Amino acid sequence: MNALEEFRQSVGPRGPVAVVGGRTRWQLGGSVDPQARLVAAPQGIEALDPSEMTVSLGAGTLLAALDEALAEHGQEVALDGPPGATVGGALAVGHDSLRRRRIGSARDVLLQADYVDAQGELIKAGGPTVKNVTGYDLCRLLVGSLGTLGFFGQVILRTRPRPEATRWLSGAASPQRFLTEIYRPATILWDGQQTAVCLEGYQEDVEKQAMKLHSLGLEMSGPLCPMVLPPHRQRLTEGPLKSGTIADVGSSVLYAPQPAEAPMIAPEVQRVVDRLRHQFDPEGRLNPGRNPQRMST
Amino acid sequence: MCPTATKVTHCGTISSDQNRKNIVPDQLLAELREALGVESVSFGGAAQLLYSRDSSVFPGGQPGPVCFPETTAQVAACVQAAIKHDRSFVPRGAGTGLAGGAIPCDNPVMIVTTRMNKILEVNAEKQFAWVEPGVINLDLTNHLRGTGLHFAPDPSSQQSCTIGGNVANNSGGPHCLAYGVTSAHILAVEVVLPDASVAIFGDPEGPTGGYDLRGAFVGGEGTLGVATRVAVRLTPDPPAVRTMLLDFQDVGTAADTVSAIIGAGIVPAAIEMMDQKVIEVVEKFIKVGYPQDAAAVLIIEVDGLADGVEHEVERITEIALACGTRTVRVAADEEERARIWKGRKNAFGAIAQVKPGYYLHDTVIPRTKLTEVINKVYETAERYDLLVMNVFHAGDGNLHPLLIFDPQEEGIMDRVLAAGEEIVQTSLDAGGVLSGEHGIGLEKRRFMDRLFSENDLAAQAKLRHSFDPDERANPHKVLPSGSSCAEINHMDKPPEGTWV
Repeated sequence: MNALEEFRQSVGPRGPVAVVGGRTRWQLGGSVDPQARLVAAPQGIEALDPSEMTVSLGAGTLLAALDEALAEHGQEVALDGPPGATVGGALAVGHDSLRRRRIGSARDVLLQADYVDAQGELIKAGGPTVKNVTGYDLCRLLVGSLGTLGFFGQVILRTRPRPEATRWLSGAASPQRFLTEIYRPATILWDGQQTAVCLEGYQEDVEKQAMKLHSLGLEMSGPLCPMVLPPHRQRLTEGPLKSGTIADVGSSVLYAPQPAEAPMIAPEVQRVVDRLRHQFDPEGRLNPGRNPQRMST
Repeated sequence: MCPTATKVTHCGTISSDQNRKNIVPDQLLAELREALGVESVSFGGAAQLLYSRDSSVFPGGQPGPVCFPETTAQVAACVQAAIKHDRSFVPRGAGTGLAGGAIPCDNPVMIVTTRMNKILEVNAEKQFAWVEPGVINLDLTNHLRGTGLHFAPDPSSQQSCTIGGNVANNSGGPHCLAYGVTSAHILAVEVVLPDASVAIFGDPEGPTGGYDLRGAFVGGEGTLGVATRVAVRLTPDPPAVRTMLLDFQDVGTAADTVSAIIGAGIVPAAIEMMDQKVIEVVEKFIKVGYPQDAAAVLIIEVDGLADGVEHEVERITEIALACGTRTVRVAADEEERARIWKGRKNAFGAIAQVKPGYYLHDTVIPRTKLTEVINKVYETAERYDLLVMNVFHAGDGNLHPLLIFDPQEEGIMDRVLAAGEEIVQTSLDAGGVLSGEHGIGLEKRRFMDRLFSENDLAAQAKLRHSFDPDERANPHKVLPSGSSCAEINHMDKPPEGTWV
């Protein structure tokens, strides 16, 4: 029996069940019902094809292990997570990388998912090619759904070239001008006083852009983010930043010491969500207690 | 003509009566005219003909009242009227779709969004724009000129297709290789749902928590509701762009070059391929300077910061020469770049000069299988004694074989259809998928079970039913219908004598 079939059987058709990845964001969207049986998705890279720029792997594979394997081929995936995070977990959470401006959204990474549904069946969503509009876009729906619609078993992801050079700069300067004066910076962070900018790309381009930023008042930093991000994500609102928070400039994300309150959901949207939950998991057995609608960003 | 369903048991709950459905009640027309104005609702005559079909090979369906709303409230009124009179509705933009997605079945209320054509807001600082669904793709691009920003998806029909249509089909285009297809460029969408309520999915200012209903809606082919406002991502214009024209003595070498470039870690903004027959007709039609003795050419565009762009031009040149390209031409200026692209963008128009009919296919295969699959496409065409031309998005393996024919030739359609089906199967056998950018519509429903199991398709139906439990929006599209929908199955095949 292969690992995917074993995983399918472990999920089964009945009773509350939760899928465990690296537990790095285990409380996000609510705590799992303690009655739920715990299962884990298969691990390991099945196929890595650098000239297709795709990778097929078990959803339980550590993100770090995937990154290491892809680095050998000068590639990466546009997923981020804390140390110990799994690929399936990063997809289920659906948070974009801090480098989203440069590398794109987490929602665009998943090409195909073999997932186990609430009936305990294996379902294929999407396809293995880098471009595909064959039927409804279940993959984008599954990303960020916290495992409430199905559990990722095996996934095929889009890879991308790793940047040749990465450099952070920081300093006391207002961040807005860097959105337009620098061509596609990977990240711009702002803590209310300091701005940190991440540049990526070919070495010469990065150096030239860095010199430009330097002339605008930023100091060279290293290849790692000079700011320590608070652990929670909130919705960024207009007005001055609260102390201890960091804004992802040009995005809606604010990193804060406290978790966000659940956002208000418009009733028209909630009706669709209710039907979605009912259609995919009428008994609410998958990851009971967790709800992506409680995440504000 | 599109006959009506008598009862849709497998794929929906709208019960219908054939006789009743064929008659549009005066009351329905009156209500629509009351809501939209007399000038904004047509029925019968030219409207009946014009809105019976799209740009696919399929024969016309049977539209009900054809509505031209100008506001979200008017779209909601159209949907409300459809509900009240137990009728389906079909959203429609410019009708440039090639898979039959906008063909009306069941005398639906047609909701044509072409009058909703305003660019509502351009927020250059936050790099998004709110637009109405009837805005033409190229008009948005032209409107943004000078802002340093652009809307990246550029389908070949961009001179006439609408943003709403791009959203419905999750459209592609040459530059989607590096920038991603439409879904990656839609930040939020206001939708009139099939229950006539209005919802906004997504947020123009950045990611939202919760289910990605925006992502689920994009590519829904009008079966999940009607987009009435769209927040599109605006992409900064690259500071440097270089366009290259590479020519080859055989198609296989061109295909291998594509794989070698991608394998070297370079993802150009676009890699387009044209084979010898396309080159020949394009040169005859518009004379853009393609080498006429080449078996294939690649148009490769790289963009970004200047040093990186020059580095990629050098690397691509090295790789291509090592693979066996004959010549590498790099456009010296904007005029030459425009000329190289002109041939590609007008290829379909040029092909129409050869014979009056063509059937354009759209499949995606793994890039590394390009040589193998294209050779099989040629073999298939030869076996069926058909002319085939290839002009396609090679960089992402998105094939567009065109079967060229004269619809007046007796029995030609049988051969075209059989060859087309074989090409689709060849793509699937190579590990490919049914569509890269045209969608499923009516055209490829019958192939869906070759790619997906019954359970897989049931999961897709769950998504559909979450938005539209009654299957009121654009019925009989995307998913294969059950046996009770068999009366429209003949529409899955283009009839004798049709052409694009």
